[in-house]
Amino acid sequence: MDFSLTDEQQRLVETARKFTREKIIPVAQKLDEHGTFPKEICEQAWEIGLMNVELPQEVGGLGLSTLDHVLMAEEVNYGCAGIGTTMFGNNLAAMPIMLAGTEEQKKKWLGMLTDAPVFAAYACSEPDAGSDVAGMRTTVTKVGDEYVLTGQKRWITNARYAQWYTVFGRIGEPRDRHKGITCFVVPRDAPGISVGRKEDKLGQRASDTSDVILEEVKLTKANLVGEEGQGFKVAMKTFDRSRPWIAAAACGIMRRALDECRRYALERKAFGQAIAQFQAVQFMLAEMAMKYEATRLLMLKASWSIGQGKLDAIESSYAKAFGADSAMAVATDAVQVFGGYGYTKEYPVEKLMRDAKLLQIYEGTSQIQRMVIARNLLAQTG
Amino acid sequence: MIDAVPFSLPETRNMEIELSEEQRLLRDTCREFADRELKPNAKRWDREHQYPAETVKKAFELGLAGVAVPTEWGGAGMDNVAYALAIEEISRGCASVGVTLSVNNSLYCDPVLKYGTDGQKESWLKPFASGEKLGCFGLTEPQAGSDAAEQRTTAVRRGDKYVINGTKNWITNGPVADAIVLFTMTDLRKGTKGITAFVVDTKTPGFLLQKTDEKLGICASPSCTIFFENMEVPAADRLGQEGEGFKIAMSTLDGGRIGIAAQAIGIGMAAFEEAREYAKVRKTFDVPIAQHQAIQFMLADMITELEAARLLTLRAASLKDAGIRHSRESSMAKLYASEAANRVADKAVQIHGGMGYSKELDVERHFRDARITEIYEGTSEIQRLVISNALLK
Repeated sequence: MDFSLTDEQQRLVETARKFTREKIIPVAQKLDEHGTFPKEICEQAWEIGLMNVELPQEVGGLGLSTLDHVLMAEEVNYGCAGIGTTMFGNNLAAMPIMLAGTEEQKKKWLGMLTDAPVFAAYACSEPDAGSDVAGMRTTVTKVGDEYVLTGQKRWITNARYAQWYTVFGRIGEPRDRHKGITCFVVPRDAPGISVGRKEDKLGQRASDTSDVILEEVKLTKANLVGEEGQGFKVAMKTFDRSRPWIAAAACGIMRRALDECRRYALERKAFGQAIAQFQAVQFMLAEMAMKYEATRLLMLKASWSIGQGKLDAIESSYAKAFGADSAMAVATDAVQVFGGYGYTKEYPVEKLMRDAKLLQIYEGTSQIQRMVIARNLLAQTG
Repeated sequence: MIDAVPFSLPETRNMEIELSEEQRLLRDTCREFADRELKPNAKRWDREHQYPAETVKKAFELGLAGVAVPTEWGGAGMDNVAYALAIEEISRGCASVGVTLSVNNSLYCDPVLKYGTDGQKESWLKPFASGEKLGCFGLTEPQAGSDAAEQRTTAVRRGDKYVINGTKNWITNGPVADAIVLFTMTDLRKGTKGITAFVVDTKTPGFLLQKTDEKLGICASPSCTIFFENMEVPAADRLGQEGEGFKIAMSTLDGGRIGIAAQAIGIGMAAFEEAREYAKVRKTFDVPIAQHQAIQFMLADMITELEAARLLTLRAASLKDAGIRHSRESSMAKLYASEAANRVADKAVQIHGGMGYSKELDVERHFRDARITEIYEGTSEIQRLVISNALLK
């Protein structure tokens, strides 16, 4: 077993770490306060090759592996999970096309992301279908050679800034559940597409989360990603590959919490000594470090498996659920280590706590991960 | 709801405690007030960081300024069990208003009632217990939070006055209070035995309010840092004797922690009730999520923890009413209730999924508000210190 990074990976991590330190950390608090979309930061990240990292080389991408991606993403999320999520948004939008798109689609839509620093969005969730993807109501009606999409998508990361969307809709009746679900790539300027209200969120406030509304949006076969009725499978395969990214966000948040707490605990005095001398604080720090390390190993394992072509949904869910739950616990303890100061906007730990909560909710709640894990466990034989 | 609760007190086994007619009436009145006046507005106050002065006045008209203060001193003449029930119900509607009241009752009125002379009670208790004026409590300093013995604010005697210099921070109600129970060092060499308490009018020259704190939660409860620059206070406004301050502070916090425990339970109850209602209407996989065992068990854990927290809290309150020392019991109540409230609020967000993360609903506020209950009036770590010290003594 070899846990060492290649020289390329080491360089990627160093680049991301420098970018985080110089460009992200100084502005993260302000972007959070005002809910400002990190457009310029993402443009700068694009310039140095930190956006869209998993896009294949054929379309001008870097063709990095999931493992490379999570190593880089941990660094960005150390600075701000809202910016991290914005960057994930593009990779997530691209994934269905990478997995099921035609060469032509890859060239056109993925090429747009590598040609210029623009955004894309993955549009799957609906007001009444979050965890339950197969419960979606967006309808796809076939009229001659055309597909007509009508529906409302919610919680769409990057919706307001995206040039195109990967949209999931249903051919057939809601009772068909996952059977009729179909994926399309839809340009932002297609007639009938509009962006609705923006969510005012607890955390990750720099990331844009808005509704996408589809009113009789007319598409052709050229927009169809994969085959009719294969959308549910595409969505699930996308999540299998994206869940290790969320574990990377968890690692970033936890490592930041640990660094901040370590520094503060050594400085802050109570009862005549640094609070780091108290066992209660020491044990909290030890617990944080263990959770970080364990999440990182689950993240590396799931990512490594994907790279080996041995993708296993259960491993991605382990990393995502354990990472998200750990990040929440660690960020909560970080506020505790800081005491009253931790509750104020003067220090970064209250933001870590708000940001961490989303990790347990998006891309499949912690409960959905447990369903995936249990279902896979129970289906195993022998 | 607990109307009859069997539990044991240290000196009487299996005592049956039943809420009196008066306690039940106050609880119901507060619940109705919370539903009518607080719940519909709490989100807006939070968003706008607005202190709801008018609503606090209305709460005072219900007798909530000095619930356990005798009527002769302007209070409602009830007891601490009634007080805990009231704070829970108020906090269920708005945790910020909950702490505003808790600070006035427990941290301001209580020490003046217990340690003040009749003359001091006339001017410093009556108008505050009747709700005409608002009080606050100044113990914490930048370098002395959990470790209250590290006080640096000094009071130097000059004839019939003391001259006070120093800094206090995180002072809840500070920006809107009329008076403060203030802790100072009159003798730096004596450590905790050198601490002395005063009651000070916030309009005294040299009392300098700093900007209001920006916080994660309880955003409608203003708190701030206060500087004292050569502030002259009449010796007649000293509360208790010189050197008695630490004892006053600690016994005050024994009562305050009952209020914070009740506040935590109120926040938890609000989160629980919203989660339960949401679980009944939200559908996934073709059924209301309330039919999934994962959700059912979360709800079961939430209410079990809240009931346990309420029992601990009412027990501490009834010990205080009986005049029995209750430091350990108050700490147990505060520790357990605050941690339970955080677990409950976290689960409530989780049950709401994406909607729980949005500022459109109240649960994300409960999640933010709950966090402070593990920090102020002694962090969870300090409560564990109090409990373990009592155990090992």
